Amino acid sequence: MTSETHTEARRRRMSVLARCNSNRLHELWDKLRLEPAHKTLRGPESGLIMLRGRIGGTGEPFNIGEATVTRASVKLEDGTVGHAIALGRDGAKARISALIDALCQTMEAAVLIDAELIAPISQELDCDDEKRRQQTAATRVDFFTMVRGED
Amino acid sequence: MYVAVKGGEAAIDNAHRLLADRRRGDRSVPTLGLDQIAEQFALSVDRVMSEGSLYDRRLAALAIKQARGDLIEAIFLVRAYRTTLPRFGHSEPVDTGAMQVERRISACFKDLPGGQLLGPTFDYTHRLLDDELDGDPAVEPGALRDGAAEPATQIADILGGEGLIEEDPLAPGEPGDINQTPMEFPLSRAMRLQSLSRGDEGFLLALGYSTQRGYARSHPFVGEIRIGEVEVEVFVPELGFAVPVGRVQLTECQMVNQFKGSAKTPPQFTRGYGLVFGQSERKAMAMSLCDRALRAEELGEDIVAPPQDQEFVISHCDNVQATGFVEHLKLPHYVDFQAELGLVRTMRAEYEATRNEDVEIREAAE
Amino acid sequence: MDAAVTHAFEGGFAEPVLDAQATFRAVMDAMARPARIIEVAPRAAPPASLSPLVGAIACTLIDADTPMWLDPRLGESEAVRAWLSFHTGARLAAAPAEAAFALIADPGEMPPLDRFAQGTQEYPDRSATLILQLDSLEGGAPLTFHGPGIKGEATIAPVSLPADFVRQWTENTKRFPRGVDLILSAGEALACLPRSARLIEVEV
Repeated sequence: MTSETHTEARRRRMSVLARCNSNRLHELWDKLRLEPAHKTLRGPESGLIMLRGRIGGTGEPFNIGEATVTRASVKLEDGTVGHAIALGRDGAKARISALIDALCQTMEAAVLIDAELIAPISQELDCDDEKRRQQTAATRVDFFTMVRGED
Repeated sequence: MYVAVKGGEAAIDNAHRLLADRRRGDRSVPTLGLDQIAEQFALSVDRVMSEGSLYDRRLAALAIKQARGDLIEAIFLVRAYRTTLPRFGHSEPVDTGAMQVERRISACFKDLPGGQLLGPTFDYTHRLLDDELDGDPAVEPGALRDGAAEPATQIADILGGEGLIEEDPLAPGEPGDINQTPMEFPLSRAMRLQSLSRGDEGFLLALGYSTQRGYARSHPFVGEIRIGEVEVEVFVPELGFAVPVGRVQLTECQMVNQFKGSAKTPPQFTRGYGLVFGQSERKAMAMSLCDRALRAEELGEDIVAPPQDQEFVISHCDNVQATGFVEHLKLPHYVDFQAELGLVRTMRAEYEATRNEDVEIREAAE
Repeated sequence: MDAAVTHAFEGGFAEPVLDAQATFRAVMDAMARPARIIEVAPRAAPPASLSPLVGAIACTLIDADTPMWLDPRLGESEAVRAWLSFHTGARLAAAPAEAAFALIADPGEMPPLDRFAQGTQEYPDRSATLILQLDSLEGGAPLTFHGPGIKGEATIAPVSLPADFVRQWTENTKRFPRGVDLILSAGEALACLPRSARLIEVEV
C-alpha cells in the first residue's frame, strides 16, 4: 500500500466514523470484540474549533462561528498510535474511533474493520444522503409554458 | 458617599427556585425532551446556534429548555458555555459549492443548472393556522424523485463567464477573529461577516429592510440561496493531513446588486454575502443586504444611511451585548440615583430662586 | 512506527486540568511576587532539550491561539517541535516579533528583548512572554529589583543570562506599559520578571 492510499483510506474511515451515529458504532464495535489493550495519550477531551467559510463562497477565508469537537489519541501495546476528532461532545465515540484508527494501521485488522464496521455504516450514510437528495429533487420546479397559440 | 449594601440572598435563592418551578410548569404535562426540541423546534435551535456562535444542536436545545424558550437568554447561555471550552484550532474553509443541498433557489435565473429546489419551505404555505397540529396527526414522509444527481452551479459561475460579476476577494493571511481581538474600526470584511453571522436576526432584518426602503441605495436580487450540509475538515498536525470531522448545516445567500461602476471598476454586478449556521434563510438574506451596504466605502459609494456605517451596525448587532447593556439598567443604581436626585434638587432650587428674583425685578419695575 | 514520533505523543499532563492548575498557580504566584524563587514539581516529561518545567509551563500557558517561537537549540529538535505541537496545539511563529510566547534554551544567545512583540500603548497585552531555561537561579551576578509585588527590594542571581542583560532589562522597563515579561526557570525552580519589575542600579 503506498502512503498516499494509506492516508486516503485513513481519511475515509475518519469521515465515516465522524458522521456515524453513536449507538450504531457501539453496536458494531461490540460485535467485533476487539477492545485492544491500550494507553490513552490524550483525551477524550471536548473543545472548540472555529469554522471557516469563504467570502462570497470562494474568496478569502472568514470565521463563521465555533463548533464543539471531541478528540482522543490512544497507543496500542505494540506502540501504534491512533487519533480521532469529530464534531460534538461524544467522548466514547472519540475513544473507539481512535482505537479503530490505530488498529487499521495493520493490514489484517483494517480489512476486518473495513468490512464489518466501516462498510455497513458508510452504506447507511450514503443511503440517507440519497434519500434526502431524492426528497429534495421531488421539490424541484418543472417550469412549463402555457400554450397561447393562435389557430 | 459609598454605601455597601448586602442582603437579598434568601430572596435570590427563592427566585431561582420559583424560576425552576415556573419553567417546569404544570407537572401533569410531560416535560420536554431535548430530542423533541432539537427535532420539532429545529429552527429555534438553528437560531440559537447561529447567534450563540456555537454549532451544537443538543447544547442549543438544552439552552432553549433552560431559558423557557427565551431565545436571547438561550443564546446568552450558549455564549457563556462556549467560554469554558478550549479552542483546538480552526477548520479548513468549508466548500459551499460542494454542499448537499436541501433547498436551492435563484431569483435571477429560472433555468439554472441543478434547478430550483424548493425544499422544506414555508414560502407557499397559506399562513393559516392548522388545527390538526393541536393533536398528533400521522405525517407522510417526503416524496421521492429518482434520477441522476445534477450539480447545483453557483450563480457567480454563470455570470462570471461574461465578466459581469465581481470576483471574490482573495487575500493572503489569517482572517481576524472578533472573539480574540478588540473591535477597532474600520473592520476587515472578514471580521464584519463573522460579526454579522452571529448578529441578531431581528436587527439585521430591520437594517436590511431599511436598505430596500431607501436608507442606502440598494437594488438587490437573490442570486442564489442554498441550504444544506457541508463537510468540515480540520488539519491535524500530528497526522499531517486534514481530517473530515463531520458535517454542519449552513444557509448561504448570494445577493446580487447592480453597480454602475467607478473610476477603477467597469459597470458590473457586485455581491453581498450571507452565511449562517443551520436553516435560517431570513437571517442569511438580511446578512447579505447588510454586508453589501457595509461595502459602501470600498466601492466608492456615499455613506448616507445607518446600514452603511460599520461602527453603527457592527457595534449594535450583537444581542448578547445589547441585552447586557440595556438590562443592566434594572440593577441597583441606588447611589447613582441619590447623586442625581441631589443634583436635580439643587438645580430646581436654583431655578426657583432665579424665577423669584425675576418676579421681584418685574414687580419692582412695575 | 518511528520511536521519535511516538514519543511526541507522550509525556504530557496526566491530569490535564489539575496539572495545568497547579502549574498555573506557581507561575501566577511567581509573577505576582517578582524576583522571588518558587519551587514547583514539573508535571510533564518532554523530549531532551526541553526541560520538564518549561514543558509543563508550555502545556499550561500555550494553546492554538498563541503562536510560539523556539530558539535555535529547541527549534532544531524535531522531537521538541512535535511534542509541543501535540501537547499545546500552538503553531510556530516565523519570527520572534510574531510570537506570544518564546521558549529559550540558550538564554546567553537569545535575540535582544526588543526584537520580541512589545505590545502597543493601547494594547500592552499584545506582547511576548519569554520562558527561559537557565542553568541555575542562584550563583550568578546579583540583580536587585523593586516595583509592584515586591516589598522593599528583591534580589536574584540567575546564571547564563545575556551579557548585557542589565542594559536590556532597564530599556525594557522604560518602555512600560509596553515591554516583555520573563519567566526564568532552572530545574524545579522558577522566578518571574514582569515588565513592572525595575532594576536598582548597582554603583560600580
